[in-house]
Amino acid sequence: MGNTDTIIELRGITKVFEDDGFKAVDDFNLEVKRGEFVTFLGPSGCGKTTTLRMIAGFDMPTEGDILLNGKSIVGLPPYERPINTVFQRYALFPHMNVYENIAFGLRQKKTPKDLIDKKVRRVLDLVDLEGFEKRKIQTLSGGQQQRIAIARALVNEPEILLLDEPLGALDLKMRKEMQLELKAMHDKLGITFIYVTHDQEEALTMSDKIVVMSEGRTQQIGTPEDIYNEPKNAFVADFIGESNIFNGMMTRHLRARFCGGEWTCVDDYEEGTHITAVVRPEDVEIVPPGTGTINGVVDSVIFKGIHYEITVLSGRNEIVIQTVHSAKAGDRVGLRVDPENIHIMLAEDHTNLFYADLNRDFRLEYNGHELDTSVTRIFPGSRRQEDGSVVDGNGEILDPARVRILVAIQPGDIQMTDDQETGLVQGTISNLIYKGDHYSYIIHTDLEQDFVVDDEYLWNMDDRVGLLMPVEKMKFTLKRK
Amino acid sequence: MVWKYFRRAFLIAVLAFLYLPILVLAVYSFTSSTNIGAIRGFSLHNYVTLFTTPELTGMIAGTIALALGAAAIATVLGTIGAIGAFYSRKRASDFISTLNQIPVINADVVTGFSICVLLVVVLHVSKDSYIPLVAGHVTLCAPFVFLSVMPRIRQMDSSIYEAALDLGATPFTALMEVVIPQIIPGIVSGFALAVTLSLDDYFIAMYTKPATFDTISTYVVNATKGAQTTIKTALWALSTVIFFIVVLIVVASNIRAMRRGDGEGGRRA
Amino acid sequence: MRFSRKTLGIPYAIFLIIFVAAPLLVLFYYAFTNGQGQFTISNFVHFFTDPNTLGTLFYSFAIALVTTTVCLLLAYPVAYFLATSGIKQQSVFLMLFVMPMWINFSLRITALKEILNLLEGNLAMHPFLNAVIGMTYDFMPFMILPIYTTISRLDGALREAAMDLGANSAQTFLRVTLPLSLPGVISGVSMVFLPAMTNYVVLDMLYNSTYIMGSLIGSYFAAYNWHGGSMISLILLAMICIFTLLTGSGDESQARGGALL
Repeated sequence: MGNTDTIIELRGITKVFEDDGFKAVDDFNLEVKRGEFVTFLGPSGCGKTTTLRMIAGFDMPTEGDILLNGKSIVGLPPYERPINTVFQRYALFPHMNVYENIAFGLRQKKTPKDLIDKKVRRVLDLVDLEGFEKRKIQTLSGGQQQRIAIARALVNEPEILLLDEPLGALDLKMRKEMQLELKAMHDKLGITFIYVTHDQEEALTMSDKIVVMSEGRTQQIGTPEDIYNEPKNAFVADFIGESNIFNGMMTRHLRARFCGGEWTCVDDYEEGTHITAVVRPEDVEIVPPGTGTINGVVDSVIFKGIHYEITVLSGRNEIVIQTVHSAKAGDRVGLRVDPENIHIMLAEDHTNLFYADLNRDFRLEYNGHELDTSVTRIFPGSRRQEDGSVVDGNGEILDPARVRILVAIQPGDIQMTDDQETGLVQGTISNLIYKGDHYSYIIHTDLEQDFVVDDEYLWNMDDRVGLLMPVEKMKFTLKRK
Repeated sequence: MVWKYFRRAFLIAVLAFLYLPILVLAVYSFTSSTNIGAIRGFSLHNYVTLFTTPELTGMIAGTIALALGAAAIATVLGTIGAIGAFYSRKRASDFISTLNQIPVINADVVTGFSICVLLVVVLHVSKDSYIPLVAGHVTLCAPFVFLSVMPRIRQMDSSIYEAALDLGATPFTALMEVVIPQIIPGIVSGFALAVTLSLDDYFIAMYTKPATFDTISTYVVNATKGAQTTIKTALWALSTVIFFIVVLIVVASNIRAMRRGDGEGGRRA
Repeated sequence: MRFSRKTLGIPYAIFLIIFVAAPLLVLFYYAFTNGQGQFTISNFVHFFTDPNTLGTLFYSFAIALVTTTVCLLLAYPVAYFLATSGIKQQSVFLMLFVMPMWINFSLRITALKEILNLLEGNLAMHPFLNAVIGMTYDFMPFMILPIYTTISRLDGALREAAMDLGANSAQTFLRVTLPLSLPGVISGVSMVFLPAMTNYVVLDMLYNSTYIMGSLIGSYFAAYNWHGGSMISLILLAMICIFTLLTGSGDESQARGGALL
């Protein structure tokens, strides 16, 4: 344990639930320093609560070790760990009053009566609920119950306080207040907080360190600034704040091609590398047509109070912009982005994604071509009803005007053809790179989208090609507008 | 209008069917008649017989002791069974719930007979040891306690138990101080249910009781077949006493429920 | 082994295995063996070939069927009138109909017997009629309660919606209330039909004669014929299982407990 400041360390924690074999947490590693405020952030089912429960001792890791002050605590039951939890729905004991609830932990340690009295009073003072000792739990408001839950945990003077979405049940205003109070309490007490939330704003406001999780894996660990400004991958970028995310490729030194244009950037990768580019909505500038990197047409403008949210369509690409200047729908505009505001990361895979529309016959349509499949075939459980409408697997009606189908196809599954019109879409080869046993091409289509295609034969730059995409190789996701 | 009166009349007629026999018997229990129909003078001799005949008082005391004892055992077993089943893996939990369901749906005749065959015929346990009788009644009652406790456990916020552990309570302390108080209404109603079932049982007692022991049910069934009028009319008195006890309990619990309702209403306002 | 909540299930599981599962296994063994412990199906064959036992089977079926029908015809209106009455203290009135269940059945049957004696004289003259009356008297609350519970839980808006859509009261009842109350009816039927086939003591008390399925077990018991009694028990158990599966009332059977509280 080189670092004496480390209070708790999780090493290679994996949790597989015996009942259904579900892998909730996969090789989780983390060091937390004494007095830090660490937040586990991620969508529901990402494994953040399971990780917290393993620290508390309610769940046992399938693999890995948890070290508290350098000593393994994996074998210790929850009641022997100097760690306390604030539960999601508070878990206050309904048959005890406020005093009894708070005193419960001290009683287990056989604390003398007068000391209990003193400690309970002090902690009630801390959470601003002096004189509430005799109150019944049922007579307290949500916010008050929340404070009692915190008091009940803190009175035991834990080394680490675990908070499992503690503000989830409160209304927005209350939540904001409690965020500030919790942060102030943390600063005052110097106890290590480990906080679980799915609310990115909460995480950014309160934490010293954020652990972004998805599907049981750590996506990124860093300060709020790091995570917001330098998201490590598309998931983090998408989850933290709003983002425009594009697939693309490095064209040369500090130049990347995505979203129908070639941009100057500050992150460098080898030429021909497939990349994901992330641009925050507030970083996109609207300029006169022709003076930016790409041109587009304003599709919609929504007033959001402190800014306008403007959606611009450039070919089939959609760019969301936040700006204090308004625009009119239908305006032709140019778009530019400062090079340091373009975040380039290695693409995790090169799956081509595009949206197909649903036409009146419930067939998929892209670029004016009907795909040889129908909704009922690609979505299990969906079916055509007697009145002609189609419902999805959950019985919800599909309105062709309100849904789009996200189509995914792998680069190796697309074929290029000289017979352009037989392709689903036509375009120009804008990039190619030799990958040892095959060439990887980027085809810039007439719809201003880039497709990545792997092919073993050499084609020439700037060739016009049609793209053949077999329906059986496509994967479909239903998206509601 | 006619419909409204018909509804009322129907309800009253059914009530009359249910209560007339008991009420008529209650009236006659205060007379010296030995048969219904022939009214004689007011007399308390049935009540005197009921409370002074050792055979009768012994039988009543035995029934109550059996009911309370079996219900207590059944309550402990059924409660820990429900808690254990709820927190066990699905397969173990399904196994317990399925077995638990058998005495509930089974005919009491079959339950009683099967326990008698196992304990008395196969294992040679003497009926005089009272073991078959108590075992039979516990088997009858425990599944109902299980069923009455289970919904309470399901309703309970599962993190409450974890909160107790988190605050340093051992699993046993957490169970006793946090879980049990939460499910106590289910346990109490389970116990009451068990007492009622045991008091009302005939078949299981019939197949498992010692020859010299009688519950109210087995005693009354034998007595109605016999021709001993003193005993017969003393049982009218017993029926009346039980009827009044039941009425008292029902009235008391209704008043309590109403009071509680008012109290809560007041607090809410 | 450290104490945990799961281990609490073990004593109860053991209890159930000893007092529920084992007796049934023993029944199986006895039903298919004779006094010398040899395997035999003669008990089984005997049941289905002896006119006496077959007669009992059909007779108790008939009694159970008629009893269930009478109970239903009386209990459904009671439950329906109560649940739709709009009386404030519905639960008190319901209690009136349920209260007899808490009085020992043997004492209630004694009372009924006295009344019937007065009206009919010798009860053994009309065994079938008196069996139906006695069992209806004993079991009716078990029919009222589940039906009342289902009807009273029905959303009142459903009936209003039916009326709003132009159904008159009779149509509303037939097309909305009745179908939706069927689960309660099924649960009530299962709670009356099965006891009516087995609860021979009611008849025994009323006219000293028993002639239904349950009583066969009683007579084998009295004759120390465990093998014959086991076979009858097994056949009864099989019928109960089939009935429970058919009506899907396994989960509803809790009503027996619910009814008592």
